[in-house]
Amino acid sequence: MNQALHRSSAAGQSGIVIERLRKVYGHGDTAVEALKDVNMTVGPGEVVGLVGPSGSGKSTLLKCLGAIIEPTAGRMVLGGKVIYDGGWKIPDLRTLRRDSIGFVFQAPYLIPFLDVTDNVALLPMLAGVSNTHSRSRALELLEALDVAHRAQAAPSQLSGGEQQRVSIARALANRPPVILADEPTAPLDSERALGVMRILNAMAQQSQAAIIVVTHDEKIMPTFKRIYHIRDGRTVEEAGEGRALS
Amino acid sequence: MISLAGRDILHSWQKFALTGLGLGLLIGVTLSMAGVYRGMVDDARALLGNSGADLWVVQKDTQGPYAEASSIKDDLVRGVLGMPGVMRAANVTYFTMQVQQGNAEVRAMVVGMEPGQPGSPGYLVAGRHITRSHYEAVADIKTGFALGERIRIRRHDYTVVGLTQRMVSSGGDPMVFISLKDAQDAQFLKDNDAILNDRARTAANPAFNRPAIPGLLEAVQAAQASSHNVNAVLVQVQDGSLPEQVAQSIRRWKHLEVFTREGMEDILVAKLIATSARQIGMFLVILALVSAAIVAFIIYTMTLGKIREIAVLKLIGTRNLTIAWMILQQALGLGLIGFVVGKLAATAWAPIFPKFVLLETRDAFTGLVVTMLICALASTLAIRVALKVDPADAIGG
Repeated sequence: MNQALHRSSAAGQSGIVIERLRKVYGHGDTAVEALKDVNMTVGPGEVVGLVGPSGSGKSTLLKCLGAIIEPTAGRMVLGGKVIYDGGWKIPDLRTLRRDSIGFVFQAPYLIPFLDVTDNVALLPMLAGVSNTHSRSRALELLEALDVAHRAQAAPSQLSGGEQQRVSIARALANRPPVILADEPTAPLDSERALGVMRILNAMAQQSQAAIIVVTHDEKIMPTFKRIYHIRDGRTVEEAGEGRALS
Repeated sequence: MISLAGRDILHSWQKFALTGLGLGLLIGVTLSMAGVYRGMVDDARALLGNSGADLWVVQKDTQGPYAEASSIKDDLVRGVLGMPGVMRAANVTYFTMQVQQGNAEVRAMVVGMEPGQPGSPGYLVAGRHITRSHYEAVADIKTGFALGERIRIRRHDYTVVGLTQRMVSSGGDPMVFISLKDAQDAQFLKDNDAILNDRARTAANPAFNRPAIPGLLEAVQAAQASSHNVNAVLVQVQDGSLPEQVAQSIRRWKHLEVFTREGMEDILVAKLIATSARQIGMFLVILALVSAAIVAFIIYTMTLGKIREIAVLKLIGTRNLTIAWMILQQALGLGLIGFVVGKLAATAWAPIFPKFVLLETRDAFTGLVVTMLICALASTLAIRVALKVDPADAIGG
């Protein structure tokens, strides 16, 4: 990993704090309480796992954290900023997502009509950074993630592992203090899955980003030092093995 | 900032090219339809311009000689020539007929005229003007006749001695010029059987067949067998005279209908081809709607195919305006490709049309503006769908 990942944002020092988070879908008799009492903390530079059965509220929690849906109650602090406390505290959620939250999806979801470099450079460009600086930042990240040799390739020309690394580079492009990864290793074999976890851990260490990895993947469970189990809308913290990734 | 629309077009250029080609052919048809209308108007104006007349004197209460039948006596021209402000006046006849050309038939307008007078062909592209009194013809090259070929008109053959260009009727039929006398015979005279029958009928009428008055029967029969009718008198006014004033004078003293060039153009353009213009207008509206539907459908399906990417773009902070602009640009790009293909296609196939197709720059410009407007409107459906995409769709569950 090169210096590109070392530059952390000041806000990144505070990680993620979630207190008594609730989310209720619908009203009255049809109301469904997806999150009942969620409490989490993820420190800067820490990677935690979030596991739970289908319908347990993982995706709802991720959407709340990603400022995509509004919680019903509780408090959320991302990168030192209170973003929710009984209501949104940030007027522009789109800008918050762009600048403060990195997303890594189960499938890479790269933009098929942009080459690898521009897929990564798009985020800084959307933030108003010049094309030259955005591409320079993208190349730094691609270099750090060992996919610089495919910088000019179309996403369809990459292997699954390469695509996932590019999507991680995209998540890092604006140096967000928080990264949310939704099943990032699901489509990968053991070796590649561990490779992705290695990258995420290194990234968390070097950029001091707080990372939450939603996963079902047994292969990567031993890599977490802390795991949050979510059942019936409530989180339970558990210590993980924290196996070293060589 | 990267042009997302431009990159997408480059990425799936085959799809855009094929769609643009299909749309372009449709736009080509639309431009051609407009060209057909312009051609009709131009044919009408060419007919008036080529006649060299300032005034058309025709039968009272008719709108002849092109829009309605008009028949006046050929000696009226002398009276017209005597009217103040008249420089030249000449009789003309017009009738449309099928002319045999090789093994095919050509629909042509046969013009009877006096060489060198209003109504005669202004310029020739080959050969010479008619110099003999009978059986010579000057034909438009669209008839397909060559110099020296013979044209059968009614009972007589005419030798083509000259060729003209863009001498067509208001309906676009090429003209064949023959001498006035020949044309009068061809237009008004009956065939041999009818003449024989008329003679017998007259001879059987005791009012005409009176042995006590020698020569009466022959005189009546001769009158029946000759024609002194023409369709119109074409008038050129003197320099400094106002056509409308001369027309007023002829109307007042000769009790004939007189049209100025503006009046005749109004008859030909606003009345004679009005129905055709409305027909073409309807086609243009339908073609515009079909084009809009095609663009809307294509852009809509292309947008549906990118829902996940749009969700990701929204999730990572792309503004709605940026996404809407991307779709709008793609629709406009498609329209531009279609327009270029359509213009090239219309230009390529216009000369093949049997009638004159006039592709005007202003129509092309209007077509471009309308195409862009249609594409912009058609993209609204896709933009609506894209703006409704939930960023949460990018996250599973």
